[in-house]
Amino acid sequence: MKPPREPLLSVRHLKTHFPLDEGTVVAVDGASFDLYAGQTLGIVGESGCGKSVTARSILGILDKPGCIVGGEVWFWRRSDNDASGEASEPGERVDLVAFDPNGKEMRAIRGGEIALVFQEPMTSFSPVHTIGNQIIEAILLHRDVTPKEARASAIELLRQVGIPVPEQRVDEYSFQLSGGLRQRAMIAMALSCHPSLLIADEPTTALDVTTQAQILDLMRRLQQDFGMAIMLITHDLGVVAEMADHVAVMYLGQVVESAPVDEIFHAPKHPYTQALLQSIPRMQSNAREHLASITGAVPHPYARPAGCPFHPRCPAFMPGTCDLNVPVLNPVDPHHHVSCFLYCEG
Amino acid sequence: MLIYFVRRLILALVTVWAISIISFAIIQLPPGDFVTAYIAQLQAMGTIVSQAEGEAMRIEYGLDRPFWVQYYKWVQRIFEGDFGLAMEYRRPVMEVIGDRLALTAALTFTSIMFTWILAIPIGIYSAVKQYSIGDYVFTFIGFLGLALPNFLLALVVLYIGFVMFSANVGGLFSPEFVDVPYNFAKIMDLLNHLWLPSIILAVAGTAQLIRVLRANLLDELRKPYVVTARAKGLSEWRVIMKYPLRVALNPLISTIGYLLPLIVSGSIIVSVVMSLPTVGPLLLKALLAQDMFLAGTIILMIGIMTVIGTLISDLLLAWIDPRIKLENT
Amino acid sequence: MAREAVAPAELLGAEIPGDERIYAASQWQLMWWRLRKHRLAIVAAAVLAIFFIVVIGAEFFATSDPRASNAQLGLMKPQPIHFFDGWKWRPHVYAIKGKRDPRTFKRVYQPDPSQKLRLRFFAPGFEYKFLGLFPTNLHLLGVEGAKAEETIFLLGTDLQGRDLWSRLMYATRISMTIGLVSVALSLILGVLLGGISGFYGGWVDTLIQRVIELLRSIPTIPLWMGLAAAVPKDWSVTKMYFAITIIISLIGWTELARVVRGRFLALREEDFVMAAELAGASRMRIILRHMVPSFMSHIIAATTLALPAIIIAETSLSFLGLGMRPPAISWGVLLQAAQQIQAVAITPWLLLPAIPVIVAVLAFNFLGDGLRDAADPYG
Repeated sequence: MKPPREPLLSVRHLKTHFPLDEGTVVAVDGASFDLYAGQTLGIVGESGCGKSVTARSILGILDKPGCIVGGEVWFWRRSDNDASGEASEPGERVDLVAFDPNGKEMRAIRGGEIALVFQEPMTSFSPVHTIGNQIIEAILLHRDVTPKEARASAIELLRQVGIPVPEQRVDEYSFQLSGGLRQRAMIAMALSCHPSLLIADEPTTALDVTTQAQILDLMRRLQQDFGMAIMLITHDLGVVAEMADHVAVMYLGQVVESAPVDEIFHAPKHPYTQALLQSIPRMQSNAREHLASITGAVPHPYARPAGCPFHPRCPAFMPGTCDLNVPVLNPVDPHHHVSCFLYCEG
Repeated sequence: MLIYFVRRLILALVTVWAISIISFAIIQLPPGDFVTAYIAQLQAMGTIVSQAEGEAMRIEYGLDRPFWVQYYKWVQRIFEGDFGLAMEYRRPVMEVIGDRLALTAALTFTSIMFTWILAIPIGIYSAVKQYSIGDYVFTFIGFLGLALPNFLLALVVLYIGFVMFSANVGGLFSPEFVDVPYNFAKIMDLLNHLWLPSIILAVAGTAQLIRVLRANLLDELRKPYVVTARAKGLSEWRVIMKYPLRVALNPLISTIGYLLPLIVSGSIIVSVVMSLPTVGPLLLKALLAQDMFLAGTIILMIGIMTVIGTLISDLLLAWIDPRIKLENT
Repeated sequence: MAREAVAPAELLGAEIPGDERIYAASQWQLMWWRLRKHRLAIVAAAVLAIFFIVVIGAEFFATSDPRASNAQLGLMKPQPIHFFDGWKWRPHVYAIKGKRDPRTFKRVYQPDPSQKLRLRFFAPGFEYKFLGLFPTNLHLLGVEGAKAEETIFLLGTDLQGRDLWSRLMYATRISMTIGLVSVALSLILGVLLGGISGFYGGWVDTLIQRVIELLRSIPTIPLWMGLAAAVPKDWSVTKMYFAITIIISLIGWTELARVVRGRFLALREEDFVMAAELAGASRMRIILRHMVPSFMSHIIAATTLALPAIIIAETSLSFLGLGMRPPAISWGVLLQAAQQIQAVAITPWLLLPAIPVIVAVLAFNFLGDGLRDAADPYG
C-alpha cells in the first residue's frame, strides 16, 4: 500500500527523443515532477514544449520514431485488479520506462490504472464502431466481468458523466453526438476501469467556453467521487487556475518551475513563468496599452540553445552562466522548485 | 439506406441502357450492313441468295429504317430472348456463347478474391512496417505488377510452363472434361485450372490495391482514435486490426467498382493468350470476322455483368460503412 | 502531438539554397528542385530520353531495312557479338552462309565461324532520309565488306527473315508517338470537359460527371476492340495510325478530366481567385492567368501517368490483330508473332519486343509518380 506522503507518480529526468532524417528532435529534455494521489497537477507551457510527449512517454504510446532515452517514471500500482480502488495488499512501485511498451504489464496499467483523455473529441472515437462497443471493450480488457455486466457498467458510466438517455446513446456512433457529449463519453471510457491516475491532455481546447466549464466541473466531481489523481495538460492558464492544486511549467522539454497553484500565480520565480503571467491580457488594463509578449520566438527544434533553454529570451540573462551551463530544479521552498541560476549557486 | 439503394439502381439501369446503345452502335459501325456480309458468307458456302430474299431480310431487320428504329427493334428482340444469329456458326448467339459467360464471371470473381487475399496482408504489412526492407521489396514488386501488361505476364507464364514443365498451362479444363456436363469432378478440374489465370489477372489490381491500402492505412494510423485505442491498453495487433484497418478497408470495397471493369477487360486478352473458353477469344474472333451480332451481344453482356458487379459492391459498401447507412445519402 | 513546423529548406532536400532563394524561386524551379530528390524519377527520365532519341533516329539505329524480307533467312537466332579475335580487340560477327542440307536439299543459312566480319560504328547501310529531309545512309552499326542487311541480326529474325532489331527501332517510333499523340488528344478533351465541369458547376458538372462515371464503369478493352474492328481493313497505315490514336484517346480522357475538375473545384474556393474577381478580371483571364498555372504541374503529372495505359492499350490491340496491322510496325505488331506458344518455345527471341514495352511503362510510371510528388508534396 502506498504510503500516503509518497507521490503516486514520480517523473525523474525523463528524456524523449525523436530521431528523424534531418536530425534528432529533443522533445523532452530531463523533465521531473511529482503527482500525489487525489490531487490535480497542471502542466503548462506553450505549444511544442513537450507536454503531450511527456504524457505519451508515461503511457508508452509514443508515435514512431519517438523513444525514451533516459530517466524514470515511478508509479505505485494497485495490488489487485478489481478496480475497486481499495487495495487489500501492499501495492508495488514500478518504473514504467523499464517496461516493454507493448508488453502485458504496461498494457494492464494503460487504461486500467492510468487513463488518457485528450484533445480531439471529434476524432478520438472510431467512426465505424459504436460508443458502447468501444467502452465495453475497455471494460472487458481490464475487469473480470461478463459482457452483460460490462454493458450495464457502460450505461451507468454514461449516466454518471451526464449523458442523457444513456441506454440509447450507448448504441450510437460518435458522429451522432455533439462535441461536448463526445468528450463526456471519452471521459466515461477513460474512467471505466477506475484508474488511479487520469491524464487529460488539453481536454477542453477544442470545445467552446460553456462546454469547457461543464467538462471541468464534471472532472472535478468525478475526481472526488473516484478519488483519483488528475494530470491536466494545458496551455490555458485560466483552466489551470481553476482546476489545479499543483502546477509544473514546461519550456522546451524541461520543467522550469513547479509549485502549488497559488504560489505560481502570486509568486512566480522563474523568468519564463513571470513573463507568461505578464502576457495575459487584463480586464483592467488601459486602452491602447501594448500587450506584453515574450521577446523572441520559440527556437527551432533542431536549433536548441546551449545552456539554459530560455536564455536567448530571458530578461534576466547572465552572460557566462546561462549560456554555458544547464540549470537544474532546486527547491526554494518545500514544495516550490525552480530551474534557474538566479536561485542557486553555481 | 433505401434511398441510396434506389439511386444506385437507377444509375445502374441508365448505365445498362447506355451500354446497349454503344453495343448497338458497334454492331452498326462496320461499313456495309450485316446482311451484305451474311449473304456473302452464305454465297461462299454455296447457297445462292436472290436479290429479293436479300431485300426481305433487310426489311425484316429494319435495315432500311433509321438508327433508332433498328435499335428499338433490336432491344425488342432481346426482350423476347432473341439475340440474333451468329453468322459464322449459323446458330443463335446465346447458344454460341453458352457457358462462356458464366466462366468469365467465375474467372472475374476468383481474380477479385485473389486481389484481396494478396493485397490486404501485404498492404497492412507495408503500412505498419513502413520503410522496412519488406516494404521496399513489396513496393518494387508492386510497381512491376503495375507496369507489366497482364497479357505479357500470361505469355511469360505460358512460356515458362511450356519450356520448363513441358505442360500447356492454358485452357480451363483438362482434355477429358471438355465436353462433359458439369459435375463435381469437372468443377474441381475447373478450379484446378482457374487459379493461374486468376492470379495473372489479379497482379495489376493487387499492385494498385496495395498502394491504396497502404496510403489509407498510413493516414488512419496517425489519427487520434488509434491513440485512444492504444491508451486503453489494447495490444498493438488488436489496435491495428480492429480500428484503422476497418476504416481503411472502406475505400477498398468501393474500388471494386472500378476494379471490376479492369479485370473484365484484362480477362479478355489473357483469355486469348491462354486459350481459355471464356468470352474473350470468342469476342476476338467475332470482331475479326465482323460477326457483329455476336460481338455486340458479348459487349452488351460484359457491360451488364460489370454493372451488376458494381451495384453489388456499392450495396456492400453501404452495408459496411455506418456513415452511409445512417446519413441517407 | 502537433506537427512540428518544417522549414522550407527541409522540404527540398540536401543541396538547397538559403531560404531567400526559395521564396523568390518560381513555381517551376521549386518543382524541379523537388523532382531532383526523386532519384528513381530522374533515372526514368533518362531512360525515356534514350527512347526519344531512338524515336527521332530510328533509321540510324537500325541495321537493316525493316521491310526487307528474305524468307531463307527466317527465324535466325540472335547473333552474338564476339569482342576478341584471339587476343586482339576486334568486335565481329560471323557471316551467314548458305549451305545445302544433305537431307532435305534445301538451302539452310547458318553462321559460319570461319568468316569473321568486322563491326564498325557509323557504317554505311541502306538509304533513308533523316527526319524525312536529309538523305543519308549512315547507321550506328555496320560490317566491313558484306552488306549489313544480310549479316547482322542482333536480335535474330522473324518468320519472314526481317531483322528484329531494326524492326524494333521502327516499332519504338510508332508506339511511342501513338502514345504521345493519343495522350495529347486525351489531354485536350480532358482539360476542356474537366474545366467546364469544374468551373461552371451546376447541371453541366453533374452531366459531365455522370458521363465520366459511365465510361469508367464500362470495360474498356471490349469497347476498344469493337471500335478498332470497325476500322476498315483497307485503310492506309497513316489513316489507321490516326484512327487507333483517336479511339484510344476517346476513352482515356476520363482520368484527366477528373484531375482537372478536381483542381478547378479546389481552386474556385481559393481566396486569390476571389481577389482576382474583385479586382475586375474577366472570366477568361482568371482561368488562364490565375488558375491554370496553379494546376499545370498536376496536369503534367497526370498526363505522364496516363501514358502507360495508352501504350499498353495500343500494344494489346495490335497484338490481337485489331490495332496497327502489318505492314505497320509497332510493339504490338511485333508481339503478334509470339501468339503461338509452341512457336515461341522454339524461337524465344520473338518475345524480346516485350522488354521495351515493360521498360517504357515502368519509366513513365516512375517519372509520373515523381512529377506528382513534386507538383504537390502534400497531396
